Amino acid sequence: MELTINGTSHTLNLPDDMPLLWVLRDALDITGVKYGCGIAQCGACTVHINGEAVRSCQVALADVWGEVTTIEGLATPEALHAVQTAWIAHQVAQCGYCQSGQIMQAVDLLGRNPAPSDDDIDAAMSGNLCRCGTYPRIRAAIHSAATALRET
Amino acid sequence: MTRLGKYTRRGFIVASVAVAGGVVFGVRTYRAQLENPLIAELGQGEAALTPYVKITGDGITLITPRAEMGQGIHTTLASLVAEELDVELDQVRIAHGPPSSAYFNGGVVEEGYPFPTTDLGTVPEFARAQRDIPAVFLGYQITGGSTSTHDAYVKMRRAGAVARETLKTAAAARAGIPVARLSTEGGAVVLPDGTRIPYTELAAEAAAVDLADAPELRPRSAWRILGKSQDRLDVVDKSTGRAIYASDIRLPGMRFGALRRSPFLGGRLRSFDASAALAMPRVDAVIDIGNGVVVVAADTWAAMQALDAVIYDWAPPDYPLDSAGHFEVIAAAFRPEQQDSRQRDDGNVADALAGAQAIEGEYRAPYLAHATMEPMSAAALMQDGALQIWAGTQGPTVARREAALAAGIDKQAVTITTTLLGGGFGRRGEMDFVQIAAKVATQMQGTPVLLTYPREEDMSRGPYRPAAIGRFRAVVADGLPLAVDIATASPSIMAGIDARGGAPAPIPAFLPDFTLSQALWDQPYGIANYRVTGYRSAPLLPASFWRSVGASQNSFFHECMMDELAVAAGCDPVEMRLALITDAPSRAVLAAVADMADWGTAPVGARARGVAFALAFGVPTAQIVEIEDTPSGIIVRDVWVAADVGVALDPRNLDAQLISGVSFGLSAAIGEEITLTDGAVDQSNYHDYPVLRMYQAPRIHTRILENQPHIRGIGEPGTPATAPALANAIFALTGQRLRDLPLGRSVVFA
Repeated sequence: MELTINGTSHTLNLPDDMPLLWVLRDALDITGVKYGCGIAQCGACTVHINGEAVRSCQVALADVWGEVTTIEGLATPEALHAVQTAWIAHQVAQCGYCQSGQIMQAVDLLGRNPAPSDDDIDAAMSGNLCRCGTYPRIRAAIHSAATALRET
Repeated sequence: MTRLGKYTRRGFIVASVAVAGGVVFGVRTYRAQLENPLIAELGQGEAALTPYVKITGDGITLITPRAEMGQGIHTTLASLVAEELDVELDQVRIAHGPPSSAYFNGGVVEEGYPFPTTDLGTVPEFARAQRDIPAVFLGYQITGGSTSTHDAYVKMRRAGAVARETLKTAAAARAGIPVARLSTEGGAVVLPDGTRIPYTELAAEAAAVDLADAPELRPRSAWRILGKSQDRLDVVDKSTGRAIYASDIRLPGMRFGALRRSPFLGGRLRSFDASAALAMPRVDAVIDIGNGVVVVAADTWAAMQALDAVIYDWAPPDYPLDSAGHFEVIAAAFRPEQQDSRQRDDGNVADALAGAQAIEGEYRAPYLAHATMEPMSAAALMQDGALQIWAGTQGPTVARREAALAAGIDKQAVTITTTLLGGGFGRRGEMDFVQIAAKVATQMQGTPVLLTYPREEDMSRGPYRPAAIGRFRAVVADGLPLAVDIATASPSIMAGIDARGGAPAPIPAFLPDFTLSQALWDQPYGIANYRVTGYRSAPLLPASFWRSVGASQNSFFHECMMDELAVAAGCDPVEMRLALITDAPSRAVLAAVADMADWGTAPVGARARGVAFALAFGVPTAQIVEIEDTPSGIIVRDVWVAADVGVALDPRNLDAQLISGVSFGLSAAIGEEITLTDGAVDQSNYHDYPVLRMYQAPRIHTRILENQPHIRGIGEPGTPATAPALANAIFALTGQRLRDLPLGRSVVFA
């Protein structure tokens, strides 16, 4: 099976029904994507397929319909995505475990809605859990990133 | 304080140096008497000037030996050393370092003392000064109880100062210039002519220097780094997916394990049939760990699937089969035979209550899961008699002992690498995942295995914040409480932790469990007749430290009671508390939060407010919660919180931690609850254990005060006052006095 992940093509010999989450983490050692619940309740495993945020724990390998982007493929450390820059400026992360998923979800939101309101943010981000209580800073960071992206 | 008090206290500090061999205060001991675990791994030309400062040719590494579980402790600890070492934070690397008694935590010893933290009398201050002695002997390297900052505040600045003076002495010898004429800045010794000698070039010479005296620490007015907000040292890695948690350890040839234990918590596995699981593709092994099995496979998903193919015969539970039965056991503990402690008994409560019109209430708090975002995990490799463990543990020295016991080897053969923690909240002070990973490694010699708990295993097998009941009887007179008799009952955390192998040292059974009546007996209210009793129920589900520990239920009991008494007394709940509180810093946080929330002005529309105060982990904290009644239910709009940490080392991080603590408390208060049916836990994942989501997150406004005399930590103090403030707000809104958590059982939240 052929899969393009973060711009690199992989040939995989794995079960068709293996969730993309575990293909990434255990077969390909792409560990920025996290396991949190396995049932699409927490958002820690959020990646993009063709630019759209999906819960990778719910996508079987054989059903992957396009190019996969994980947090590792979102940008380079030298040239971060505007969302990551905002995350750092607002010092969002605490334990950090959920933040890859939060960032991938926020990038998806800003791709669809360049100027989200607080309600828009709540609606888009409420599938991504955080136990450290970073929600207020996530909201602030998304507003900052939205402003930065509109100005570029 | 009296002159005698001062004299005695000074005398005791001197004595403590003698007793502990100068462990804490001396310089030579950093190098000689106290184990410096870094020395063993040094190469040519490298130096470990203290257990916290390692200098090699290519850089400076600061050891930050506490678990980073989100609270920002690595950054704060590095700041303490960097301040005195004269390096900038972007010039250093940080590392958690190996498990070692050198990294003892004296703060946790202090937490168990039988003095309120507001008591600054001779004896309590005496005991605080000597806290490091038992800590050193126990090798207490542990992260918890919001103790890391006050444990490290002097110790790690001193480590930086010692290293700096050592480097200056080496530079003086090389240049032939007196030390007094040298200065330090930006990671270099600066000679009078402006020549800079980088610390990295001085490592080998500095290693031979033996300082005689500990340098003075700089006054706060001279601080460059401390007292100012710093960028977290882990923030870029945590925003780019590069941060490594135990779950992310990958080694050549690694296989993946998943765990299943009894649905009857702590129960035995009588037998099992793994033949179908072993026949599944990608499955390597099914390992008996005594109370369950671990399937090892080519990937975690295959291992999880194979767990369902094993046929298990679990022994029945030895506790009541449903939640009501558990509360019956706890309710039955309110009797003299089960008294754990009575740490407050002011005036004569019995006389004051006799014949008076008493107000009574009973409150209940459920079992709670920690539900960290990263499920429990650990990587392990047993090879040639040596065991390596990678784990996000809050107690690496205990983890090393427990890994050795589980593997049946000497602890000298065990290496523990402490990774970042994907949430802790007390759960990662438990040793189960380390013990199980060690057992798996012994069965998989030469093959590294990453053990992951399926979320369902993590959620439904405990250990939990114990369920608890609070009861009170009280009398008000002339607008104030005249008598308060309050009691709390729950299973003992400390008893269970010892049995599970999580304690640094055996816990004597005759000692009270200081967590049981935590934040109930030591509240700074002056009430003429005031009695606080803790009762220990029979053991039930495994009970564990959960963010803010005993305060998480006891503040709910106490502060809802105070609201009831204010109503009965016809007194404003803020005014009543201000009139009763005897500790000035505690009054100040309450006054601050009232000011922040504009308490004197009634909320608009369908809004209402509640207030609560808690003194926990030495930090007085006051909160006001404002809610709004909407057609879809109650919405928590704003939370104001003021807390006094004595010295604010990193204001932005303190803000984050208060928000974090409040959010954690709010999450539990609204919807979290572990219940049982037929002996098994009903909840298994985030769909039926609802934790706070973004749409429920209120605005949280914080203020840090610095009036109290001791520096304190902030990981836990934000949590306790949230649930009572919310319950009191609901009373203000609806007239309904909610006495059972979670509150979402009784009212609808939007």
